[in-house]
Amino acid sequence: MKPLRILFRSISSAFKSVFRNLSLSLASLSCIVITLIIVSVAITFSSNVNNITKKIEGDLTIVTFVKSETEETKIKEIEENLKVLPNIESVSFISKDAVKEEMKEENDTYKKIIEDWQEGENPLDSYFLITVKNIDDIGETAATIKNLEGVDAVNYGEGLVEELVSVFNMIKNAMIITVAALVFVTAFLISNTIKITIYSRRSEIDIMRLVGTSNTVIKLPFIFEGLFLGAIGSIIPILATIYSYVFLYDKLGGIFFNPILPMIEPYNFVFKVSLALLVIGSIVGMFGSYKAVRKYLKI
Amino acid sequence: MSFIELKNVYKVYKNGVTAVADVNINIKKGDFVFIIGQTACGKSSLIKLLYREERPTKGQVIVGGINVAKLKNNRVYKLRRKIGIVFQDYKLLPKLTVYENVAFVLQSYGYKEADIKPRVIDALTRVGLKEKLRSFPNELSGGEQQRVCIARAIVNKPKVLVCDEPTGNLDATTSKEIMNVIDSINKELGTTIIMATHDQDIVNRMKKRVIALKDGMLIGDWEKGSYKLDEAA
Ligand SMILES: Nc1ncnc2c1ncn2[C@@H]1O[C@H](COP(=O)(O)OP(=O)(O)OP(=O)(O)O)[C@@H](O)[C@H]1O
Ligand SMILES: [Mg+2]
Repeated sequence: MKPLRILFRSISSAFKSVFRNLSLSLASLSCIVITLIIVSVAITFSSNVNNITKKIEGDLTIVTFVKSETEETKIKEIEENLKVLPNIESVSFISKDAVKEEMKEENDTYKKIIEDWQEGENPLDSYFLITVKNIDDIGETAATIKNLEGVDAVNYGEGLVEELVSVFNMIKNAMIITVAALVFVTAFLISNTIKITIYSRRSEIDIMRLVGTSNTVIKLPFIFEGLFLGAIGSIIPILATIYSYVFLYDKLGGIFFNPILPMIEPYNFVFKVSLALLVIGSIVGMFGSYKAVRKYLKI
Repeated sequence: MSFIELKNVYKVYKNGVTAVADVNINIKKGDFVFIIGQTACGKSSLIKLLYREERPTKGQVIVGGINVAKLKNNRVYKLRRKIGIVFQDYKLLPKLTVYENVAFVLQSYGYKEADIKPRVIDALTRVGLKEKLRSFPNELSGGEQQRVCIARAIVNKPKVLVCDEPTGNLDATTSKEIMNVIDSINKELGTTIIMATHDQDIVNRMKKRVIALKDGMLIGDWEKGSYKLDEAA
């Protein structure tokens, strides 16, 4: 009961302090709001980039053509050889008969051509569809496959895909650095606010120390004050994120100008981002005030 | 058994000033002790050593079984809960009412509100301020503010009350009233009183134990003494 009461009194004291020093609080709150909005943009953007990267990576396959007239036992052998290679996620075989049937279904021109073929004739090639575990090594894997016996040709959107992925990764890393820098700035701002609060309450702190208040009880309200500043500062960025993302999603029809660049669906996603903002704001606020308390409250 | 014990205590400040030099004092529970001496003789320094506002440079300070010199910073509050402190400048919080100024001590200890109220009322009644619970410090006279300070000091029922010139800012009549309050705390609650002062009238009238300092050194320690500095020197 006693620790609980102390906790409760610290919280209410911190809350009062936020409003007692309203102009000071507002100054640091507006900085927190701006920072968290930028953090939100960074998170939203990099999550989407990440999502697109994953999707492209997931769709990416190595098409491996088998030499014409390869016997079935030989094909089984090739499949076994493929499966034991490193970096292989899955291997599926598409026989040339299946390709023929599929082409017949696709359109009438193909159908006509294929129907002109003699019974049993099939100049098409069978192939394997291979997905890889690590997209970065796809070139190397493709080269290894090409050297396998019985393999004719290997095909995987060379170059373009890798370039796209590496550009996306660069964007992601830039975002991470931006977020880290902003988080640092926010922590510094909150620390500064708490420092001023500590100075404005110096005599109160001195009196508390003289009458036997424990250090923890003296420090706790300041820690909570930082937490509140961070949490309160995240409200506007959260609302802004939810409204603008939903708006943008509707406006753009769920894609970034091109169907191969889909947006993450707003439902759930915006709430995850909101939670992240609240948590980042609170933790950064607490961390900032903890730093100030350590530095300026030498007790 | 002494409640407070100082053994060969020295206090040398960073600037080289020796404020307390080789002082030995024993004070029993329930004693009433005046500490007298001219300005800058080390009265405040000696008192600050008791509640660990300053650490002794050398020697031993023991208060209620606590070895004050060895006390770690984050444990000082345990000592201060056993000591009530009365200041010359009252040190009240201007934005809190009289009641709140006393109650916040126990609140900060984590006491229940239901336990706090009767103890605060009791302390304020004892100093004769029951009628002014809702006043703010700037609405009170100096004497009344000092009463609030005393009420705050005794609200946790400390074993010892240390007072550094509690009447230093008050006129003779008001000083007398404040001394009556402190005397009654000593008599009725059995609280040990240690009071630094250079008010000769008070010391001579009350006939308590007197400890005299000069240049940081103890020059006299008399039971039922009076204010005399030259005779001892
Ligand atoms: N924090 C400090 N740092 C350096 N010197 C100090 C400090 N506090 C007190 N002194 C010096 O120590 C000596 C004793 O000071 P102290 O305040 O104990 O005297 P006092 O007897 O209380 O005087 P007064 O009657 O004027 O209150 C003085 O010379 C003073 O200048
Ligand atoms: Mg003094």
